[in-house]
Amino acid sequence: MRWDWIPTYWPDFVDGLIITLQLLSMSIIIGMFFAIPIGLVQVTGPRWLGRIAQGFCTVVRGTPLLIQLWLLYYGLGSLFPSMPWIRESWMWPYLRDAFPYALLAFSISVAGYEGEVMRGAFKSVPKGELEAARSFGMSRFTILRRIWLPRAFQNVLPTLAGEFVLTLKATPLAATITVFDVYGVGTMVRQETYRIYEPLLFIAGIYIVLTGIIVLFFRWLENRVPRAV
Amino acid sequence: MQHTLKSALKSTVLAASLIMVSGLSMAEIRLGVDTAPYPPFSQVNASGELVGWEIEIGNALCEVMKEECVWTPIAWDGIIPALVAKKIDAIVGSMSITEERMKTISFSDKYYNTPAALVAAKSSGDMDGSPESVKGKIIGVQVSTTHQNYTEATYAEMADSIKTYQAFDEHNQDLVSGRIDAVVGDSLAMAPFLESAEGQAFEIKATLSDTAIFGAGAGAGIRKEDNELREKFNAAIKEIRDNGTYAEISKKYFNFDIYGE
Repeated sequence: MRWDWIPTYWPDFVDGLIITLQLLSMSIIIGMFFAIPIGLVQVTGPRWLGRIAQGFCTVVRGTPLLIQLWLLYYGLGSLFPSMPWIRESWMWPYLRDAFPYALLAFSISVAGYEGEVMRGAFKSVPKGELEAARSFGMSRFTILRRIWLPRAFQNVLPTLAGEFVLTLKATPLAATITVFDVYGVGTMVRQETYRIYEPLLFIAGIYIVLTGIIVLFFRWLENRVPRAV
Repeated sequence: MQHTLKSALKSTVLAASLIMVSGLSMAEIRLGVDTAPYPPFSQVNASGELVGWEIEIGNALCEVMKEECVWTPIAWDGIIPALVAKKIDAIVGSMSITEERMKTISFSDKYYNTPAALVAAKSSGDMDGSPESVKGKIIGVQVSTTHQNYTEATYAEMADSIKTYQAFDEHNQDLVSGRIDAVVGDSLAMAPFLESAEGQAFEIKATLSDTAIFGAGAGAGIRKEDNELREKFNAAIKEIRDNGTYAEISKKYFNFDIYGE
């Protein structure tokens, strides 16, 4: 075992780690922002909107993330030559960079998987609690904000923790579209030093630590919310 | 019943031992080649067979060495580790002979040598291969290649950035989409792309040479301790050069001498 390459590549690993964390946190925030309404409309209706949400979840969960990522990055990229004006537009710096595609693909993925989780979560809140809230004269929005959403989240916090750990471990896919995350740096080390075990073990260790942080954070969060009796 | 079972068992044992014996006497050479297509050197055709100049040359070498060879496609970034780990016995995959790689493996004599090229859109006028001419440009290269080393050594300072790709066809796709302004790759490997419909708007801006980085050409990568195999390859390369097989195969693919000087 040789570890003398670590000091040389340390700055690259820090850069890669920042990219990984950005991709993970931003896609979770954007994804959850859409996952909540996607879950909700499937329970409350209107029916046609629920159907669309259901279809979205089915498509996202039914196709490999790698294919979604490549469809977005190389698929859209192949259309650019037929639209020369796009290179002059304000969007071009973003369309050119690989990170926005990774962020979009991961956000869609989080929205799809967690939309399904949230559907179950909203459904699992006992009807009696919502009826009680209504009889207190709460408006529909207040019920959602004060009762329904918090109770739904409370039920699925452990599930979400597991889902976000899975999202973390999917982030190396971004390296296939030139996003230089922590896995990408590990690959570079492998290619430049011809060492295999040590860089792989090293990045495996990084992912274990990150997973540990996510799990601990959610355990802390679970303990903070009062349990229903 | 007892009898048939016994004889069936007997013949199975016999067959198994035959396979073992033949396995011992004809140890095959496993030739490693990149899984990604690299036309016209190696690619998988519609019926799933490996074809190309390099495949034919490899087969010709095996023929004069009187060895059984099997092609083993391996992802490029793992091909040297696979050789070291004895998953393959030789790399016949357009691998340039370089000092850097010689630290880990050894090489046969070269079997071809083509220059690297800077490829960009025809409309991007003044690119001539000099570091100044790529100022503010984004350059794509395949990861873990001599082209990457050259690009980083020569263009890193002036270029906007260097993007590395896992496979050759991926940086060409991004060149077409306009995400990168130029690509540094093998001139010959770029030829089919430049002839394709998507490649029409692009051309070779300059050929690049730097023996220290690009090395002496492409040779068969062989484990350091396999001196016998390396000598066999060297003799075979010389033989197919002398007996005209090399020229015969090459003229099907190229209209110039790919062996180089």
